[in-house]
Amino acid sequence: MPAPGTGAGSGRGGMTGSTRRQFLLGGAVAGVGAATAIGADHALNTTPSTEEASVPLNGQETVPFHGTHQAGIDTDAQAHGLFVALDLLDTTDRDDLARMMRILTDDAARLTQGSPALADSEPELALSPARLTVTFGFGPRFVARAQGEAPGWLKALPSFTVDRLLPEFSDGDVLLQIAADDPLTVAHAARMLLKDARSFASVRWSQQGFRRAHGSVRPGTTMRNLFGQVDGTSNPAPGTADFDQVVWNGEGWLAGGTSAVVRRIGMDLDKWDRLDRGGREQAVGRFLSNGAPLTGTNEFDEPDFEATTPIGFPVIPEFSHVRRARSENPAERIFRRGYNYDDRPAGGAVSRSGLIFVSFQADVARQFVPVQTRLDQLDLLNEWTVPIGSAVFVIPPGCSEDGFVGDTLLTGKQAPQ
Amino acid sequence: MNNQLTIRQSKTQSKTMTASTSTRLGALLAAAALALAGCGTTVGATDGGADGSASSAGQSVAIADGWVKAAGSGMSAAFGGLTNSGSGDVTVVSATTEASSMLELHETVENEAGEMIMREIEGGFVIPAGDTLSLEPGGNHIMLMDLTDPLEAGEEVAFTLTFSDESTYEFTVPVKDYSGANENYVGGDPEPEMGDADAGADGTGTEG
Ligand code: HEM
Ligand SMILES: [Cu+2]
Repeated sequence: MPAPGTGAGSGRGGMTGSTRRQFLLGGAVAGVGAATAIGADHALNTTPSTEEASVPLNGQETVPFHGTHQAGIDTDAQAHGLFVALDLLDTTDRDDLARMMRILTDDAARLTQGSPALADSEPELALSPARLTVTFGFGPRFVARAQGEAPGWLKALPSFTVDRLLPEFSDGDVLLQIAADDPLTVAHAARMLLKDARSFASVRWSQQGFRRAHGSVRPGTTMRNLFGQVDGTSNPAPGTADFDQVVWNGEGWLAGGTSAVVRRIGMDLDKWDRLDRGGREQAVGRFLSNGAPLTGTNEFDEPDFEATTPIGFPVIPEFSHVRRARSENPAERIFRRGYNYDDRPAGGAVSRSGLIFVSFQADVARQFVPVQTRLDQLDLLNEWTVPIGSAVFVIPPGCSEDGFVGDTLLTGKQAPQ
Repeated sequence: MNNQLTIRQSKTQSKTMTASTSTRLGALLAAAALALAGCGTTVGATDGGADGSASSAGQSVAIADGWVKAAGSGMSAAFGGLTNSGSGDVTVVSATTEASSMLELHETVENEAGEMIMREIEGGFVIPAGDTLSLEPGGNHIMLMDLTDPLEAGEEVAFTLTFSDESTYEFTVPVKDYSGANENYVGGDPEPEMGDADAGADGTGTEG
């Protein structure tokens, strides 16, 4: 997450002390061989001495599971994100949904804290949570089966002219967003959850995404997408009143929840290659070097949309992505938390890459749709991007220790305060 | 949640327990579901001894990470860690649940042919003072010999253990979808009904 005030330049600075020490420890384990490795392993499984405690392994880091909101939204984005959509079986009724969510919640509560799930057949894989979060979302049919009141925006987005949507990347009844700094942790959590979901639902689609590996760049550095752009700068910052207002919904069973829009957007890297650096920066309205607006010098400088060139053109072009994505209406804002994807190239091409665009907002119709509509009408970036998947989910609030995710919908329980 | 199960050790009286065990399974599941988040939970313990001593086996034992394998019909098995926090060894001599008309306490051993088989353990499960007995696939377990209804993933099932001092301990555990626990069974029943399609197809009895 970009922390406002963190200058773009500071992202390039050296490692922090602890990160550096962690790196050195990692090197020792890999390089010196079995004896050291066993030592490190042993250290993990015993009460840490003060010295060991000062070099925490990132694999041991946990994100709390229970609370007012589900984790994985205001959580500093982890390196690996897996998005899985499920289709409910025809036989799955309201009671079954409660049983399913109870079991999946129990799995997530244990795995995110570094404990094996119940009946975990590979319990050792659970011992390095690496900031694992599991975030559950419900599609329109889930809420209908639950006989709950669906928010008006819980439906497929209106179709846009840029869309080339494929059913195999669209829609779904349940969303699992599984994210951690370790891909093995993600794979194990996904397998455990899917095993426990299989008597209620089947896998509809699955999308694997990544950001920089943990420790490659300073924590808090805004991510880069595969166009090389700094992507996420003008997001509301978690922990601020602004973020809370953009993201959290306050209505009924959904209080403390939000919505997720998940769009798979292909990025034509071969075509992008033909564009020079100046053209690339004009397309977005920001510099590639550090993400600063074309009217500024640091990443978090406010763009000046009024500034003009000596011959009278706007410095940040009218057709640029940031100009078009920014609304005059402060209600029309979203929180983006996407991941890159890089598929196996097909048909003689050398790449098939893009962005798993993920945004959270209290109300899809009020916040997301106006932005996407404007981008559909005009956005130079559309020359190189094409949406090939789209899904909308309601993200229920978090749960307390004696509850489960979705209990406010499925049992009428009060949301945790 | 903490990593570990939350064990609520309520000192429910035997009267309450007798009443609850005689309710329909469905009602029990519903009641359990309200109180639980998919965790094994202690419901209550009784002292069976006439003297009413405070340290009966039923009061010293608690289960953690308990679960039972989902199955359509036939057999299944329950697992978890039974910890004896008392100062004397305890022995589980039998188990009951509304989910199965018959239960056995099983161990898994190697037969003359070198195969792992499960069979009723002689003398019950002994849990030494201060120790934990792990009930796990491929090891000791509580065998549900004949399910009364399908055990569906996410349901909660109540069990009552009876100890050699006649005290009891009641707990509920969730049902989990699990494909392991398919050891061969050599027991009194010559043709045990199979717990699930897989186990039935390859002709082996299922542990759970
Ligand atoms: C592959 C597709 C996309 C790429 C490569 C992309 C890239 C970027 C980049 C580089 C920025 C500037 C830095 C920042 O503030 O994050 C940005 C800003 C933004 N993008 Fe996108 N984006 C894509 C799709 C979308 C979509 C589908 C939406 C919403 C419908 C969207 C909404 C926004 C918004 C709201 C901003 C912030 C504008 C502001 O400064 O107020 N983007 N995007
Ligand atoms: Cu058995």
